[in-house]
Amino acid sequence: MIRCEQLGFQYNTESEWISFPDIACGKGEQLLLLGQSGSGKTTLLHLLCGILKPGKGNILINNQSLNDLSERERDLFRGQHFGLVFQKSHFLQSLSVIENLAIPSFLLGERFNESQAKTLLDKLGIGHKAHERPRNLSVGEQQRAGIARALIHQPAIVLADEPTSALDDESTEAVISLLEEQTQEVGATLVIVTHDQRLKDRYPNRVSLNPLTAAS
Amino acid sequence: MNWFYIAWRNLGLKKLQTGLSLVLLAFGVGLVSLLMLTERQLSDTFDRNIEDIDLVLGAKGSPLQLILANVYHVDAPTGNIRLADAEKVMRHPYIAQGIPLAYGDNYRGFRIVGSTRDYTEHYQAQWSEGVPFEAPFEVVVGSQVAETTGLRLGDEFFSAHGLQDETDVHMDKTFRVVGILEKSGSVLDQLLLCDIETIWGVHETHGDSIALADREITAVLLKKRNPLAVLTIPNTIRETNMQVALPAIEINRLTQNFGIGMNTLRAIAVLIMFISFASIFISVYDNLLARRYELALLRTMGGSRKGLLFLLLLEGGILSSGGAILGLFISRIGLFGLAQLVENKFHYDWDGLGMMTTEWQLLGLAIFVGLLAASIPGISAMKIDPSRTLTDAT
Repeated sequence: MIRCEQLGFQYNTESEWISFPDIACGKGEQLLLLGQSGSGKTTLLHLLCGILKPGKGNILINNQSLNDLSERERDLFRGQHFGLVFQKSHFLQSLSVIENLAIPSFLLGERFNESQAKTLLDKLGIGHKAHERPRNLSVGEQQRAGIARALIHQPAIVLADEPTSALDDESTEAVISLLEEQTQEVGATLVIVTHDQRLKDRYPNRVSLNPLTAAS
Repeated sequence: MNWFYIAWRNLGLKKLQTGLSLVLLAFGVGLVSLLMLTERQLSDTFDRNIEDIDLVLGAKGSPLQLILANVYHVDAPTGNIRLADAEKVMRHPYIAQGIPLAYGDNYRGFRIVGSTRDYTEHYQAQWSEGVPFEAPFEVVVGSQVAETTGLRLGDEFFSAHGLQDETDVHMDKTFRVVGILEKSGSVLDQLLLCDIETIWGVHETHGDSIALADREITAVLLKKRNPLAVLTIPNTIRETNMQVALPAIEINRLTQNFGIGMNTLRAIAVLIMFISFASIFISVYDNLLARRYELALLRTMGGSRKGLLFLLLLEGGILSSGGAILGLFISRIGLFGLAQLVENKFHYDWDGLGMMTTEWQLLGLAIFVGLLAASIPGISAMKIDPSRTLTDAT
């Protein structure tokens, strides 16, 4: 499902090369990418979903090499195959929660299933906030709405960037459990990128990222 | 969900800023459009009434006043001229036709003009009801007069001395309505027409008719047979109290004088329009700065660079088209107000609220410049690096 080999990235010609360990993760599996600040976690996440293009090595998603895709094709591929969860859940503030959930379908030219979206929000305990503006939700509710948006189009892979770093233990458990449950329900692969050591023992399939290293 | 909906909602998020941009553009476009409509109305009114009138013969004084008083009936006449002197000019070989006019009375503010059948024929008047005047004190009523005063066929009324005053009424002279004209858009709409003898008859005292040699009229509308009439006629009347004025030249002079004021207003309107375009630019650019993360987010969900450009262009397009359409609407309200004023003061009916070709061009230009103003932040949106933006936001 996800395979990265000899991955290297350089922000610009002046900067040092960042090298990443090889990664492999099957369909429906869970993977933890653990690393301290500055270890290139977010860069790796952006490489995995095609926001950034690697300078070296190859990324295969469902046997599709991202290197072979044009920028527009990568945009569409990302929209179709990935759901992203961020540390801070950002939304289009002019739209309601449910309208934010409709965006992935719109961008992919697919029909939005509103009843399915309401069911998902109900499952996440924020069904009653569907027509609220995101800014009217609490931080926890926003986090859940962000998860709903990442899952609404039933992606093959959910990438979560530091989903728990600002949360206490109780909230961390709640968010992670929710992510695991929901991704399992749709059969999606879950990749969590974090420096949060509390998650270390939860995932046997994990890769540690070292501080930035120059690739050969 | 579509791009238009997202753009619309984004604009709604900053109501004050959006409202300011809309109002500025609406006033700019509205003012330019109102000037265009007013110029068209003036030009139509002027052109329709001077058609085929080459010269106007009347008493000495301001030539412009002579034209305004006798062609458009919006000013006081320069005085009277002797009928015998006027007839000499009308018989001049260079003159094809002369239409005499005599007036000095009104009915409820509408002028009663004595003339010949040639006057109604010149403006190709159509009868809505009744027949042309034949006998003294028979009157044909213009459509605007009939509408305002409620005069109907067979009605009788008294005239008042002067052109607007209604106090000095000639209670011993009864006019009778024998015809009502259809609306023509010409000066006839606002006149009551009778023969010239009627005008003299109104001012006869105690049955003493005015001696033939003393009979006077107000003016003569002249159509030339020979172009040299323009040069020759003034020389032939030099020793009299008469003058001839050229309507085309006087109206041209008048519109040139108008033009200075119009151009100043137009410059102010264009300035307002450009301030509004700057406001649209600031509005869209401010949206871009405030929503960089949202735009990067759209990229992560499958949105393309062109999609982001399109979104910001839509925001600029909605603002500029909304402002321009609102402006055209405002100009109609303004023209309606002006039309009421013109109707009350001069009895002219202004009703041309249809879109002019130049207004379509103005609308297109406003939308184009609005899109141009939005294209700068739009291009910046295309260049957003989603990775860096998302990283900076955490």
